[in-house]
Amino acid sequence: MDFSAISPVSLIVSLMIASTPILLAAIGELVVEKSGVLNLGVEGMMIFGAISGFIAAVTSGSPLIGFIGGAAGGALLSVLFIILTQYLMANQVASGLGLTMMGLGLSALLGYSYAGIKPPASAHLDIAGLSDLPVVGPILFSHDIMIYFSIALVAGVWYFLNRTKAGLILRAVGENHDAAHALGYKVIRVRLLAILFGGACAGLGGAYLSLIRVPQWTEGMTTGAGWIALAIVVFGSWKPWRVLIGAYLFGGVTILQLNLQAVGVNIGAAYLSMTPYIITIIVLVVMSADKKRASINAPAMLGRLFHASK
Amino acid sequence: MNLIKSLLAGAALAVGLAGAATAGEKTKVGFIYIGPTGDFGWTYQHDQGRKAIEAAFGDKVETKFVEGVPESADSERVMTQMALSGTDIIFATSFNYMDHVLNVAKKFPNVKFEHATGYKRADNVSTYSARFYEGRTVIGHIAGKMTKTNTIGYIASYPIPEVVRGINASYLAAKAVNPDVKMKIVWVYTWFDPGKEADAANALIEQGADVIMQHTDSPAAMTIAEEKGIMAFGQASNMSQFGPNAQMTAIIDNWGPYYVERVKAVMDGTWSSTDTWNGIGKGMVGIAPFSDKIPADVQASAGAIRDALAAGTMHSFTGPINKQDGSVWLKDGEVADDGTLAGMNFYVEGIEAELPK
Repeated sequence: MDFSAISPVSLIVSLMIASTPILLAAIGELVVEKSGVLNLGVEGMMIFGAISGFIAAVTSGSPLIGFIGGAAGGALLSVLFIILTQYLMANQVASGLGLTMMGLGLSALLGYSYAGIKPPASAHLDIAGLSDLPVVGPILFSHDIMIYFSIALVAGVWYFLNRTKAGLILRAVGENHDAAHALGYKVIRVRLLAILFGGACAGLGGAYLSLIRVPQWTEGMTTGAGWIALAIVVFGSWKPWRVLIGAYLFGGVTILQLNLQAVGVNIGAAYLSMTPYIITIIVLVVMSADKKRASINAPAMLGRLFHASK
Repeated sequence: MNLIKSLLAGAALAVGLAGAATAGEKTKVGFIYIGPTGDFGWTYQHDQGRKAIEAAFGDKVETKFVEGVPESADSERVMTQMALSGTDIIFATSFNYMDHVLNVAKKFPNVKFEHATGYKRADNVSTYSARFYEGRTVIGHIAGKMTKTNTIGYIASYPIPEVVRGINASYLAAKAVNPDVKMKIVWVYTWFDPGKEADAANALIEQGADVIMQHTDSPAAMTIAEEKGIMAFGQASNMSQFGPNAQMTAIIDNWGPYYVERVKAVMDGTWSSTDTWNGIGKGMVGIAPFSDKIPADVQASAGAIRDALAAGTMHSFTGPINKQDGSVWLKDGEVADDGTLAGMNFYVEGIEAELPK
């Protein structure tokens, strides 16, 4: 085996591509959960975003419109979740699972005639001089625009939650909706916006998958990425930068094990294949071992229904 | 998620079949699929076979399918539902349904079962598979001739005999025409995950592969090959729409004729438990038209191999062939027997990686 055959630079580039769909979905779900709502429909919104983004991109010929379409698709599906959980007071876990199943089915139906079509290529950043630099160039200055957008989004979410009044209100709603309501904040409206944002992010993640990472539409192509995103939110203890680390770690281990196999490392492919999931489980166990810290980080109202009359 | 989906699908199916049971004496045919019918690979081709049954018998048959059925106890539930609702013959189209098929078959002796790519049979369980390795010999030959980096990348699913056989067959054919050829193998431990298949293709290209072969179900690797400007081979289905420049040819699974024949046997009451293993000759394995990117002489030699395999004058595994550890497997001129091929659990000499256990 020859470890030097693995180029760390290209490894980092591919891990960012592999991680971005999960990162986008996870950062959206983080905001949703911070507002006290547990939406298990991430997988459904992702796959729906993947097909609606794909259709938008193919029809318009523009990847940008494709991503807008993906975000719109994810948000559209989350409207259903809003109606069910915020107005009809349905159970959030059941509604979220329903959303996933519906998203998978609906996307298969919509995408039926779109299999085998090539989406328009997305522009890559290309700054004269910078993108050609050795090592730094490929890692920092030569990605597709969405990777920069996803990192900016993480920064934006961090700033919003920790440095703005609106972010404080959102967190207050998530920690104690009755108190927030008593103070005159519109609990349902805050959650509605958070869920829409989460849906848009999941849709964006799906569109990234169908427009850049694979570029094609195949039925059921998210294959559980939405569930990983949900785990990454807990993994990152509801903190935006930790979610970024979690997503890159998961993507990184996935990519690393494929590369290790390609150079012929004899650890046993089965074990290598398991590693991303094992590491996720280990971190989740370590995190939840400290009950006090876990309960401080988790939004207190997570998954609880709110009704103003109570 | 698949669990809930398939359970619901199973329930819906039961309702649908129960409603139709009174409609007349139709032969009811059920299929369980590992992936979605729109995967444009393995499952897609089985579904084409299902459509061939409908085309052949029209009103006399009723076909049903459940897609995305995991290779676990869930598959038993789906098959039990099908059997309970009066299905006459059930096709289970993935290797690891094997024991579950036998379990369900034991409970429903009057229902016929057909298990693809397996090797365990019973009075009401047949097995069938295609000699995909013949196709692998053809693409291995082309890959060996065409590679500039002398590195073939292989995306493998699970270390089962069928997959190992494919790796060995393509390696031997490539090695025969290019002594310097190397094969890099990545196991992804899934039949269908476009994201992971694409990542695996990228990792292999990163390691110098300029030809990609796959034993997974989606056209993701073909899309990546097209994007990176390298060569690839369609798997299970003609994937040229995903890689108009990249696809050199494709191994096509053609199940239709077999499915029609077996359903006919059920109708006539002549069905019996059999083991079918057909190749290019009987048309169960098809080779897609060669790309015009392949030079004429290579097209001719690959075509000759295809025809010789079809005619039975050539066998993919003809000695002398040593096992990876250097021990003799086949002596000069000796041809592999089907038993060894069916249970193949070793690499041939020259492959550097270690076979996962």
